[in-house]
Amino acid sequence: MRENDSIEGHKHEHEGHEDSLHAGDSSGLHSEDAAVHEHSLDLTAVRAKLRAKSGKQYWRTLEELADDPHFDELLHREFPRQASEWDESIDRRDFLKLAAASLAFAGITGCGDAPEQLLVPYVKQPDGMILGKPQYYATAMPFGADAIGLLVTSHEGRPTHVAGNPDHPSSLGGTDVIAQASVLNLYDPDRAQTVTNLGEIRTWEQFQSAAQTIAEVAHSVNGAGFRILTGTVTSPLLAAQIENVLKRIPGAKWHQWEPAGSDGPREGSKLAFGRYVNTVYRPEKADVIVSLDSDFLASGPGHIAYMNAYYRRRKLSGPGDTMSRLYVVEPTPSVTGASADHRLPLRASEVEQFARGLAALVGLGGSGTLSPAAQKMLDAVASDLQKHRGTSLVVAGEFQPPAVHALAHAINAALGNVGTTLYYTEPVEANPVNQLDSFSELCADMDAGKVETLAMFGSNPVYDAPHDFDFTSKLKKVKTAVLVSSHFDETAEYCQWHIAESHFLETWGDARAFDGTVSVIQPLIAPLYHTHSAFEVLAAFTENPGQAAYDAVRDRLNTLAGATDQELYWRKTLNDGVIANSASAPISVAPKFNPASLPPANMPLPGQIEFIFRPDSNTYDGRFANNGWLQELARPVTKLTWDNAALVSPRTAEKLQLAQRAAARGGEHGQIVTNVLDISISNSKVTAAAWILPGQADDVVVLPLGYGRHKAGYTGSNKGFNAYVVRTSTALWNTAAGTEAIKKTGDDYPLACTQYHFQMEGRKILASGTLEEYRKNPAFAHEGDEQPPKEMSLYQEFAYPGYAWGMAIDLNSCNGCNACVIACQSENNIAVVGKDQVMRGREMHWIRIDRYYTKLATETGDPGGPDYDVLENPETFFQPVPCQQCENAPCEQVCPVGATVHSAEGLNDMVYNRCIGTRYCSNNCPYKVRRFNFLRFQDWETPSLKLLRNPEVTIRSRGVMEKCTYCVQRINHTRIEAEKQNRPIKDGEIVTACESACPAQAIVFGNANDPNSRVAKLKAQTRNYSLLGELNSRPRTTYLAAVRNPNPELEKA
Amino acid sequence: MSASEPPINSPELRRLTPVLGPGHTYDSITDKISSIVLTRPISLGWLVGFGICFFFIMLLNVAIVYLIGKGVGIWGINIPIGWGFAIVNFVWWIGIGHAGTLISAILFLLNQKWRTSINRFAEAMTLFAVMCAGLFPLLHAGRPWYAYWMFPYPSTMHIWPQFRSPLIWDVFAVSTYFTVSLLFWFVGLIPDLATLRDRAVSKPKAIIYGMLALGWRGSARHWQRYQSAYLLLAGLATPLVLSVHTVVSFDFAIAIVPGWHTTIFPPYFVAGAIYSGFAMVITIAIPLRAAYNLEDFITMRHLENMAKVMLATGLIVAYGYFFEFFMSIYSGNKWDVFLVEQRLHGPYAHYYYALILCNILTPQLLWFQKIRTNVIILFLMSLVINTGMWLERFVIVVISLTRDFDPSAWGRYSATFWDYAVLTGTLGLFAGLLFLFVRVLPAISIAEMRELVAHNSEEHE
Repeated sequence: MRENDSIEGHKHEHEGHEDSLHAGDSSGLHSEDAAVHEHSLDLTAVRAKLRAKSGKQYWRTLEELADDPHFDELLHREFPRQASEWDESIDRRDFLKLAAASLAFAGITGCGDAPEQLLVPYVKQPDGMILGKPQYYATAMPFGADAIGLLVTSHEGRPTHVAGNPDHPSSLGGTDVIAQASVLNLYDPDRAQTVTNLGEIRTWEQFQSAAQTIAEVAHSVNGAGFRILTGTVTSPLLAAQIENVLKRIPGAKWHQWEPAGSDGPREGSKLAFGRYVNTVYRPEKADVIVSLDSDFLASGPGHIAYMNAYYRRRKLSGPGDTMSRLYVVEPTPSVTGASADHRLPLRASEVEQFARGLAALVGLGGSGTLSPAAQKMLDAVASDLQKHRGTSLVVAGEFQPPAVHALAHAINAALGNVGTTLYYTEPVEANPVNQLDSFSELCADMDAGKVETLAMFGSNPVYDAPHDFDFTSKLKKVKTAVLVSSHFDETAEYCQWHIAESHFLETWGDARAFDGTVSVIQPLIAPLYHTHSAFEVLAAFTENPGQAAYDAVRDRLNTLAGATDQELYWRKTLNDGVIANSASAPISVAPKFNPASLPPANMPLPGQIEFIFRPDSNTYDGRFANNGWLQELARPVTKLTWDNAALVSPRTAEKLQLAQRAAARGGEHGQIVTNVLDISISNSKVTAAAWILPGQADDVVVLPLGYGRHKAGYTGSNKGFNAYVVRTSTALWNTAAGTEAIKKTGDDYPLACTQYHFQMEGRKILASGTLEEYRKNPAFAHEGDEQPPKEMSLYQEFAYPGYAWGMAIDLNSCNGCNACVIACQSENNIAVVGKDQVMRGREMHWIRIDRYYTKLATETGDPGGPDYDVLENPETFFQPVPCQQCENAPCEQVCPVGATVHSAEGLNDMVYNRCIGTRYCSNNCPYKVRRFNFLRFQDWETPSLKLLRNPEVTIRSRGVMEKCTYCVQRINHTRIEAEKQNRPIKDGEIVTACESACPAQAIVFGNANDPNSRVAKLKAQTRNYSLLGELNSRPRTTYLAAVRNPNPELEKA
Repeated sequence: MSASEPPINSPELRRLTPVLGPGHTYDSITDKISSIVLTRPISLGWLVGFGICFFFIMLLNVAIVYLIGKGVGIWGINIPIGWGFAIVNFVWWIGIGHAGTLISAILFLLNQKWRTSINRFAEAMTLFAVMCAGLFPLLHAGRPWYAYWMFPYPSTMHIWPQFRSPLIWDVFAVSTYFTVSLLFWFVGLIPDLATLRDRAVSKPKAIIYGMLALGWRGSARHWQRYQSAYLLLAGLATPLVLSVHTVVSFDFAIAIVPGWHTTIFPPYFVAGAIYSGFAMVITIAIPLRAAYNLEDFITMRHLENMAKVMLATGLIVAYGYFFEFFMSIYSGNKWDVFLVEQRLHGPYAHYYYALILCNILTPQLLWFQKIRTNVIILFLMSLVINTGMWLERFVIVVISLTRDFDPSAWGRYSATFWDYAVLTGTLGLFAGLLFLFVRVLPAISIAEMRELVAHNSEEHE
């Protein structure tokens, strides 16, 4: 099959070659008839010679010819004019031709086992493609029980950057870090590239025939022993394909296991409604939101849409506007909690008590046992909810037990919120099951030797299964294990067959989003390697083993098209990225659930330490461990990179006598040395670095999942610790043990933390206030401002008669989710530097998100110091800091070579070619937003990474300063378009990468000279202030002060 | 000339300590000084000393090759601390390079006769220090091979340096200073080179010295032109002594970094430069006079005078520290107040205290004549002051950068092996050049010493 493909490919190529030469002839360059004649004569001979050979052999032959004495002869005939002119005087044009020819020949020897490569440009340019101009395609990234709609930028067929699809309900134009970084997964050089059997490379056909044999054998024994293991599947197409397999092998079973997915929401809905339903929130309609340990703004299905909706309800255009109010109770500071109006740290097990108490206070019965502080919060929350019946919302956390979810459903129903701030639909999962039961059953069967064949799709249970399942030894009992995964990972070592999995940007498919909307996943590029999608692998077991996913998608859409023109429907769907009207309809369900009937909850004893497991915000369950962007991205709250750490509260740290300090190298901006702990729980032990986290509940240790992999790849292996080692099936999300479970090993461990200092030292860096303050004094952000007069400068002022690019960042809408950071990294080819360099304070992100704690009892609290316990529940704020593009830029004046200069539109342009790297500009930058290539940080060798780069942005080499450019390539691109049409650039036409990624629309870019532009309007607000404006740097990037909406009842105390 | 001598020749002072040991004639001086270059065999001490220097020069070579191969990331610099040892060393070396020209030019203009025996090697020291200093701006650049872009050469792209940048002013200041110092030194050497040519024991030496002597025959016309040239160059060099470190201080004063942005920097830097320069002259003079028995030429009078200059400049520096401190608090500027707080209590406070100890407290001992005339203590003190001056630059350059405006970007600096390799390498280069210098050129000006004999004898008559 493959051979045929390649032969066809080469035939096509061969034709292309001819065509291009003809094109050359007619282009007018070759005007002499004789030459043309001679030319074509020679070519005829070459063609004849080449026709005698077929496809792949032709190229092999040419390579061989390179060493052959007859090669010269062929050369003469193929390039007759150049060859004959060699000895004669060479003019400039001929020289150039020869140079080009020699380059081309250098290329021949360079081709190894290369896949078919076209040596000529497009003969027929694909529709709409203009070389050098990017194209955009809608697709979707399936992720857990959600699919994120994306618009992918493609440069000459290479996807380089993703952005949210505004037409897609789960994106609404925004993205998150994982979606942004997905493009790097595609080009990950450590991806598995072939089909292997026991480590030996096999062809796809060999696997297909093996799969057929397996299927036939399984069929003959009625499917006994044939098992499929997947994660959560929302794709109707994939589900249908699994059904096909199950149809052929009737006794086969389909198991699902998502290590970082919780059964809580599913089982909670079953507990409340008697069946599985899906909950969709509408935070934009809610005046009061209560999160019971839910990080709904930053994780879980629909979080990007929720973030968009939540912040739409919190935009302020003036002091008269209203805002929603968010209460969060949670054990460890999440993005949602950190940006809440009220946050209470509670142990994970106490959240259920809080929920029970809440249910009791809204009149549902039952009761919860709470501490006085929690009770006070509970009373305030309950009365606030009562005041906002129908416009309030209670959200239960994904990792909370079913009871909390059921309670949340009951409370929402009691408050009359169903239908306004949330609604229910049929499950978006193709086959919702209790995954723990499903996986336990599989493990039991494997142990009993009942499993002959196990086909795993995207799973890595050897790494992530609960340790009491002892999955590895059970896997050894399986006769044939087939693993489809992107990397040759921990599980692959124990599998007979490993099939390299295609990235979602390489395959056709579909996926259902959190609200039921189905998107078509369309590939942006043919598979880079010999990879296959889950769909194709499943097909291999069916009666139609060669079924192409494209055909299946097309068939499905043709069916859906109904009366409309099928081709039109197909094109429109691909263009929009969503299948029209596919969102699930709201269903009406009523909770049949009495909170009073809940059995007493299992609470840890007082004094015990509660250990909770959470997926990592960047590497998730470990599947993104090899993604350098995600590894180097500072976690929103901890600001840790490259490692996970056992998070403890300051008081618990004191109890355990833990300490951490800034190292001499890197210090607060880089390297923090912490204690190493031995944590012995659940009959197992893990060694982890500790991290003291203000705002965490006392006596709680968070063990983030997703680290400690040993077969993740070059980037991700052996980083952090593996929390799965101490995770059991009975305590998937939390467990408790006495303090003796934690022992200091006496060792220290350096962690790479990009921002350790969390106080503003009394400076007005991040302005914030309450809604009440804002109403009383709309200019509260300007109190104590010093504005130096403009005319003090010796140098002439710049005039900006045309555009004056500016940016406004609404701190009221930023919760530090980091999407902008990765979007910027992807758009601007920003290098990953590695843990060692981050620890030296040399990370390269052009936009960083600073996190500050306020309302501390003292302004000099030093972690580990005596004042540290005031940090039990600080208010947390986030501030994205890109280059401020100062009008009176300190950097510009000190550059000795004029490598950073002011543009007519007010940008501080960085001229990389001119930079000699004195770093004076960075020293003089009060915001420290400049990034220096201390070493050669860019990877110039890895071929796959070359495809990743945005061709419109220079790759910086070592010794050069770089920084945010306001995405000047996008500005210029738009300017060219506007000038071609002889019109001014419209507001919103230029969207910077950070702006486009932000789900909360906190970042707005535009022309500050145009009073009607969005950015000018924001800058005209009283909340608008300049960061360190007293320095007279006059930044073009300004901030809008954050406003919180606390409950006056709670504030009074 | 001698009739209206300044008080330096007053009987009390002369009685105190002479600037030239007794009993010297033209011959004895010429013999003694030229023998070091021409006839003395290479001593074991010289070999060992030069060998050690050579080792550090090779270390410097390795460090530079590795630096150019890998990039400045091999050093401890980071964001926010963009400048580390390289700039500290640059400023330190430039400061040391101040004493030579000050001694040669300003003291010459002020007719301070005691400068005569120390000016030659002080000038050499200046040149070598400026060479060491000059390495750093080049090496610290991320792309040193493009450092020539800092010069206003006629580029085909019509691109000029950015003249608002103090780094460009540095380029002019330092290159001018080096050029004038070199000329001044060389012009002063011409009569001595002629002496060496005449006394050379081997043909090659005679040729080389002869070429360098530019045909000096010692005619009255030569002397007359020589003296006016020397005087002119001294006049030219004098403002440079003040300007170079003023311009270097602008690198900091022009910037907005708290701890850098201070108007007191120019005078305070110049005083500091002279302070460290004299300390370095003492550091060199004491072993030199011991090794080559030059106690007659470099007398206690010289050492004491230099100690007094050190005390005076040290007090100016102390004044500078005090007022930097005072103005920071008095101004009420929150950044400056914070900076003072950081210096006293921040993570690098011990550097600040060490610097106060080295630069302000220790030199107060120089009020005592006993200390000023104790060669060992003076030598140790000169080392302490040099260390202190290095620390001063470290405190200014590095520590100011660790905690500036935006607390989220605060960081720390820690030097790497390669930072130390470059620092010790330039120390080796500096000392190595001095070792070579004393062997190939007269470390003390023969011609001027002869003049001194003439003065002495005139006065005795």
